[in-house]
Amino acid sequence: MKLTLKVWRQRNSQDKGKMETYQLNEVSPDMSFLEMMDVLNAQLIGEKKEPVAFDHDCREGICGMCSMYINGQPHGPVQGITTCQLHMRSFKDGDTIYIEPWRAQAFPVIKDLVVDRSAFDTIIQSGGYISVSTGNAVDGNSLPIEKGLANEVMDAAVCIGCGACVAACKNSSAMLFLSAKAAHLNMLPQGQVESNRRVLNMMDAHDDAGFGSCTNTGACSAECPKGISLSYIARFNRDYMKASIASEETTDS
Amino acid sequence: MSLDSKVPKGELANKWTDYKSKVPLVAPNNKRRIDVIVVGSGLAGGAAAATMGELGYNVKCFCFQDSPRRAHSIAAQGGINAAKNYQNDGDSVYRLFYDTIKGGDYRSRESNVHRLAEVSANIIDQCVAQGVPFARDYGGLLANRSFGGVQVSRTFYARGQTGQQLLLGAYSALSRQIHKKTVTMYNRHEMLDVVIVDGKARGIITRNLITGEIESHAAHAVVLATGGYGNVFFLSTNAMGSNVTAAWKAHRRGAYFANPCFTQIHPTCIPVSGEYQSKLTLMSESLRNDGRVWVPKRKEDRLKNPLEIKEEDRDYYLERIYPAFGNLVPRDVASRAAKYMTDQGKSVIEHGNAVYLDFASAIERLGEDTVRERYSNLFDMYERITDENPYKVPMKIFPAVHYTMGGLWVDYELNTSVPGLFAVGEANFSDHGANRLGASALMQGLADGYFVLPVTIGSFLSKEIRTPKISNDLPEFKQAEKAVKERLNKLISIQGNRSVDSFHMELGKIMWDNCGMARNEKGLKSAITKIQKLREEFWKDVYIPGKLNELNPELEKAGRVADFLELGELMCQDALDRNESCGGHFREEYRTPEGEAARDDENYTYVAAWEYNTNNVSAPKLHKENLVFDNVELKTRSYK
Repeated sequence: MKLTLKVWRQRNSQDKGKMETYQLNEVSPDMSFLEMMDVLNAQLIGEKKEPVAFDHDCREGICGMCSMYINGQPHGPVQGITTCQLHMRSFKDGDTIYIEPWRAQAFPVIKDLVVDRSAFDTIIQSGGYISVSTGNAVDGNSLPIEKGLANEVMDAAVCIGCGACVAACKNSSAMLFLSAKAAHLNMLPQGQVESNRRVLNMMDAHDDAGFGSCTNTGACSAECPKGISLSYIARFNRDYMKASIASEETTDS
Repeated sequence: MSLDSKVPKGELANKWTDYKSKVPLVAPNNKRRIDVIVVGSGLAGGAAAATMGELGYNVKCFCFQDSPRRAHSIAAQGGINAAKNYQNDGDSVYRLFYDTIKGGDYRSRESNVHRLAEVSANIIDQCVAQGVPFARDYGGLLANRSFGGVQVSRTFYARGQTGQQLLLGAYSALSRQIHKKTVTMYNRHEMLDVVIVDGKARGIITRNLITGEIESHAAHAVVLATGGYGNVFFLSTNAMGSNVTAAWKAHRRGAYFANPCFTQIHPTCIPVSGEYQSKLTLMSESLRNDGRVWVPKRKEDRLKNPLEIKEEDRDYYLERIYPAFGNLVPRDVASRAAKYMTDQGKSVIEHGNAVYLDFASAIERLGEDTVRERYSNLFDMYERITDENPYKVPMKIFPAVHYTMGGLWVDYELNTSVPGLFAVGEANFSDHGANRLGASALMQGLADGYFVLPVTIGSFLSKEIRTPKISNDLPEFKQAEKAVKERLNKLISIQGNRSVDSFHMELGKIMWDNCGMARNEKGLKSAITKIQKLREEFWKDVYIPGKLNELNPELEKAGRVADFLELGELMCQDALDRNESCGGHFREEYRTPEGEAARDDENYTYVAAWEYNTNNVSAPKLHKENLVFDNVELKTRSYK
């Protein structure tokens, strides 16, 4: 396959950045998208030019590191996968492909296609855990959890924290990420004790990091490589309402 | 220096309990004044940093990824073992201990393995308390599955994403401590040296991968949780960033490297499809619960449509050769058998090698829905990569490098041969001998991180309570910083003609051909010469674009490949020293009349711990830790 690539190049966070055009002449349809990027970089290095910086690590769709905005879609045209799982057979010979970084105020560009997603860590640090220290946990089977619920929890817990939801959102909201983590913990009996604090603190951290508000458009869920449901946002809103009232009651007394 | 494994005296089953009740403690007021550095944020590192933070130490944790949640532990699919005996199938701490010792082909330390088995049950409880969504039965209780090399069901799992869920558990515990400011997290930082002051590890030198800044970080002790070195083979199931650099720097500073040639080749990976291939994808061992491995009986049938090959013309060779364990033989055995079949010309793909992993009989027995429920994410992953539907046609699989049992030598307290320098998880050598059983890597990482290191490190730190804060202004730090800068300068100023990847690929091929699934003296010797030449060429002709003071992935890779070029030679030397076949180390000269691995217990029941030679990297010094088996009888490992 022959391809024309339009790739976002930006030296560092201060640089304005621009699209550059590259030609690739021998792309195999069996290559993954990132292997195609490797081929591009090998070509650039051969010409003693600087390769394109992009985040990647596991290359099997689980670490959440890869993050490319391909032809206007986070992780490209195929549903339910990350960029590293996208194969070139999804494109046609002669195609022009536009490759950009995640675009969001809370995810500043570091270089080329690499962005800073540490705002996600900050959200988790604000309450994305169950406060249990090592040791003294009771027997795992002392707390039966209904299989259906366990499955629903797992559906929320599969989030890989890649940030595609933010990149897809016109408001750059991280509500899908936030709500999936809160749902994972709030649905479990172990997570009940802290559920009110959790949603309030995580919501504050989300807003402080510069993510936008949610307007229930659903682009996040449509582009999520793990298919995380929009219903977790609804659940979060309910939990948030409940927690807000509960916290008012606490403040009043 | 002699190797003192510091194994406590007494009965095997009581050693850990006795040790715990006698190990000196550090009082809370002193813990506040003690700094500990943890390098790596995977299961071992994340769990260790979180737990030591909870205990009250000042912890600094480092990872090269953009977040601690990205560590490669996340990619583990199948599960985690624990001696819970929830299935009432006769499991016990002793059986898990015994299976692990036997699976490791009697090349691991009894006391460490028994401790691992003892704490395994606590891990599950801890993870459940953190909210890890393990698979459950209809009664709401935890479910189990089987894994290779054992005859009980003791593997806990979360769909095919167990590593992810366990890591997110450790990451959440770590995040809680970061919020409480007991742990300071440094993302996108790569460790480039260990700093030794008066014989003790007192800090590290890091490079900020975004700004290129070289920084000194001081502490009372340093813990390495930096994973394995499988990427020396270029193609492996490891993440692209997984590397040996941190462990290798420690080795260069005096930490012995143990059993480097013990690498695990995982039997079920998606075969190599082209020159451009950057990594190999694993298909979880859990698939062998229901999948059947076969090749055609006749070479002529190898490229025939598998659905048209009749039952009697297929060779289900694992079931035939190993009837007791069948498709669930341990990984080393399954991998070698696949190699044996393809060496006989029975590969089922035109270019390269592959055998079939077939689910037709499982689908017939259980129905497609059940198979889908158990393995859908793996089947989907397979289909995405290969464009073939494994519900309809058998998977094509072949072994690939997956895990390294070797690593930094540690004593019972997980201290390396440098006082104050600890190694946990895959980075150390201690628990898996010459072959690791499936679902035991997650167990070991979390055992070390949550339950072992936070206790054993007290033995060292209790003697440091009078040591004031270590300053990163000490001359040792300045010298180490200078050396790191000089090396980086040297790398970038070569401006040669070959890319970093081209060297890495060439090294990988040398390693795979000569120090992979089968090794022999001639091949290993030629590999050593080739690696030496390649290393020389690397330092003359590598081309690294970009600058030092910016995000520069090629520079990062170059530093790692430079270390792999030294490690590769050591692996070959270790393989050459070990004139026996055991576990993942198969020397063609040493095999039984049936072609199975022939161990030599009389001469090789030792851990080979290599000391770096600063004057000549090609002449490391060998130290031997003799392995003593008081509790198990050394037997020929049989899965027949």
